[in-house]
Amino acid sequence: METKATVIRDENSETAELRINMGPQHPATHGVFRMVLTLDGERVVTVEPHIGYLHRGSEKLTEGENFQQITTLFDRLDYISNFNNEWVYVRAVERAMEVEIPERAEFIRIILGELNRIASHFLFYGTYGLDIGAMNPVMIGFRERERIQALFEGVSGARMMHNYFRVGGVKEDLPEGFVPAVYALLEHLKKGYEDARDILTESEIFIERTAGIGALDPEKTLDYGVTGPVLRAAGVDYDIRKADPYSMYSDIDFSVPLGSHGDCYDRYMVRMLEIEQSIKIIEQCVKKLPDGPIQGKVSRILRPPEGDFFVHGENPRGDLGVYLVSSGGTVRPYRLKIRGPSFSNLMALKSMMEGAYLADSTVILGSLDIVLGEVDR
Amino acid sequence: MSTDNFNQYTTEEFEAATRAVLGNIKVTVEPNFGELGVVCDRSDIVSICKILKQDTDISMEYLRSISVVDWVEHMEVVYHLSSIRHMNRIVIKVVVPIEDLKIDSVITVWSGADWHEREGHDLFGVEFVGHPDMSPLILYEGFEGFPGRKSFEIPVQETFYGD
Amino acid sequence: MSITDYILIFSIVFVMFNGILVSVLAVIYGERKVLARLQQRIGPSRTGPWGILQTLADAVKLVLKEDIRPQNSDRIIFYLAPLIIFTPIFMLWVVLPFGSGLVLGDIDLGLFYVSALLGLSVVGMVAAGWSSNSKYAMLGSARSAAQLISYELPLILSILSVGLFAQLFTDNPFNLSNIVHAQSGLPFIFVMPLAFILFLIGGLAETARIPFDIPHADEEIVGGAFVEYSGIRWGAFQLSEYTGLITMAFLASILFLGGWSGPFSDKFVWLQPFYISMKTGFIILLAFWIRAPLPRLRIDQLMAFAWKVIIPISFANFILVSLVVFMGDRINLPIYQIQLILGCLNLVSMIALGYLITARRKKRLAVYRERWGEK
Repeated sequence: METKATVIRDENSETAELRINMGPQHPATHGVFRMVLTLDGERVVTVEPHIGYLHRGSEKLTEGENFQQITTLFDRLDYISNFNNEWVYVRAVERAMEVEIPERAEFIRIILGELNRIASHFLFYGTYGLDIGAMNPVMIGFRERERIQALFEGVSGARMMHNYFRVGGVKEDLPEGFVPAVYALLEHLKKGYEDARDILTESEIFIERTAGIGALDPEKTLDYGVTGPVLRAAGVDYDIRKADPYSMYSDIDFSVPLGSHGDCYDRYMVRMLEIEQSIKIIEQCVKKLPDGPIQGKVSRILRPPEGDFFVHGENPRGDLGVYLVSSGGTVRPYRLKIRGPSFSNLMALKSMMEGAYLADSTVILGSLDIVLGEVDR
Repeated sequence: MSTDNFNQYTTEEFEAATRAVLGNIKVTVEPNFGELGVVCDRSDIVSICKILKQDTDISMEYLRSISVVDWVEHMEVVYHLSSIRHMNRIVIKVVVPIEDLKIDSVITVWSGADWHEREGHDLFGVEFVGHPDMSPLILYEGFEGFPGRKSFEIPVQETFYGD
Repeated sequence: MSITDYILIFSIVFVMFNGILVSVLAVIYGERKVLARLQQRIGPSRTGPWGILQTLADAVKLVLKEDIRPQNSDRIIFYLAPLIIFTPIFMLWVVLPFGSGLVLGDIDLGLFYVSALLGLSVVGMVAAGWSSNSKYAMLGSARSAAQLISYELPLILSILSVGLFAQLFTDNPFNLSNIVHAQSGLPFIFVMPLAFILFLIGGLAETARIPFDIPHADEEIVGGAFVEYSGIRWGAFQLSEYTGLITMAFLASILFLGGWSGPFSDKFVWLQPFYISMKTGFIILLAFWIRAPLPRLRIDQLMAFAWKVIIPISFANFILVSLVVFMGDRINLPIYQIQLILGCLNLVSMIALGYLITARRKKRLAVYRERWGEK
């Protein structure tokens, strides 16, 4: 809650504003991100974000790689939720080439994508608790994330950068014993989720540090192009899985949590409730998982026809969009533009932070849950 | 079977409504690979965007992205718009000649155009007139050249397709 | 005083100094293990059996680090600041009794001496932050100065209320050994539990522990006042922080938990240091326990908490104690009755405060309930 203090200024005393650099190396900026804050006492007057420290030229690199090789680039964009990135890219090429994907592959993709969403939200939970000062959330968040990544290692061979999705399906079938492993994992995740929820959600200090802080009204949020949990916390019901369903999402029963005030507490709650919903989705998918092929009919060498296609998907951080321009018949794309959700989310930082306390700046930045990989690409 | 590969985001009524609302501005409106494509002059871009955003039947409140594509003889600035209320999508393509890489900034219509335009300027050299601050966003100050353009060479990966 | 007296005192001081340093190492190790268990992990386990050499390894690493001094910093004060923080806390140990008669300096004004030295830590923090010539350090030292000054009041008021009550038992109520003797009937915690809680809160804030650890909030102003110090100079700050923790716990056990007295402590003198160590350890464990789950408060919330909640309560407690003692003395009530009255009044006030706090908490939690329902 904001404390209303009246500031008594003596006209004869001069106060100067302090410029502070929360530099690219800082434990609280979630990556190489630089903010130059101008402070008046403890209040932030202006904030200038500086990005580009992690720019790797991914979009240009795609013009030199063929369509199979680009999947690895997309893994590394939002390096926390790898499967979701691969998924959007692979769907873009499939749309261009009009490939039909077998049901088994679709369900596998949904299961892995939702597990990755849970892992990403647990990481948010851990780092957000650490930003506020509590140490327990990190331990619980990363413990649950490690369990999920162990499962991923069994499926794709790597804990993170998987390179598992292919145009037309997935690379190879699931290992034996996958379904019982998922059920066991879900039991652990439910328990971990309850542990996690009990620590911070009703903690008085946490509520005092996050409720009412960094609120954005829905109009402004949409104007900045903000998507994902930040938008849903402001009250706008826009979840691509419901509004513009892809894959088998229209057959699955789940709900989308919506906030009301758009402040940091609502964003935290939206992500926590999304973990619950993802668990529900995975349970339904594992029950429905059919047998069958895992790759659709697609030629070995990918040559999409001429055209430009925009495909977007619901990443844990928002709306990842891929704009694929193909000049017809080539093995490499002509232009591939990546619309990273954190890039647009970060634009809203200025309006949220001006007027807040310095101590709130890390809280607000943490609640946006940015990943510099997709901001800078 | 999955639902999204063949989604169409535009209908004929929507096309007609868009044509009607854009009135006498010189545009070409036709479906573009599943979305509604609008090709217009670069001088009309701000007024078109304002109309498309504020009209209640079309209401494109959400600017998805602004991309720049380098077609060597000219450049194309592509605006992807989307409407949350009606679930429709529009793609606006504007041709910008390479001798005069200037286009009006739409930052007054959507605040979210800010960094997209700065990035386009960094990578391609397109100048967005009316943008308050065109300092380098993704590249560092003093970077020579425009990496996004086709003239900026990068090595091409060899591909082995095996047997 | 002859030469042998000097040599004796020097050797006792030397032993005590080293003992304190070793116990600081043990406390740091204990904190890491306890926090780890509370977070369902193991903690240090590789360096030495059960990881007991971990802190020593950390200290050796710090000694081997490069000693960096920022170019524009004030050289003399930069080098002096660790000493300024260090010294008052060690000077405190001169008056703390380990057993009956086992005290280096049995000063009659022991409690005043303690209160005076507790206030000196502010100077050290401000000196460290200012001399670093860095904006982060300045911010950190300004915040810590504000916090330390605010939370000194409840600390000293609760100390004084103990001294006030001890007046009933002895003529020199500020002598720490006399205070321990005064608790031979009933430890003061049963008579003045409110003062104990206030002392704990003030002590946690004075040593900058979570939830009051804004002065070195890692996440915002990376290290606060000590951000420019490296190597063993930074290690000196950590040392003084943990020494402060042990000192506060020791003081709490002397003032409220009965010090070195316990069952059979009169007959077996060697049991007395054992008892006081146990009680100190218990309070340190309490501090770890509070640290594990809680996030930290923001600086303005911290100050609001101090000035709007804690200081009025501590003033009220002080007035309560002084009234009861004064009236009781006037009417010549037997001591146990005074203790009873005071204990009951404290209980009543704590229950009232408990109600107020839960009501306020309900209002806070209404944020959660009204927005997200019963989930």
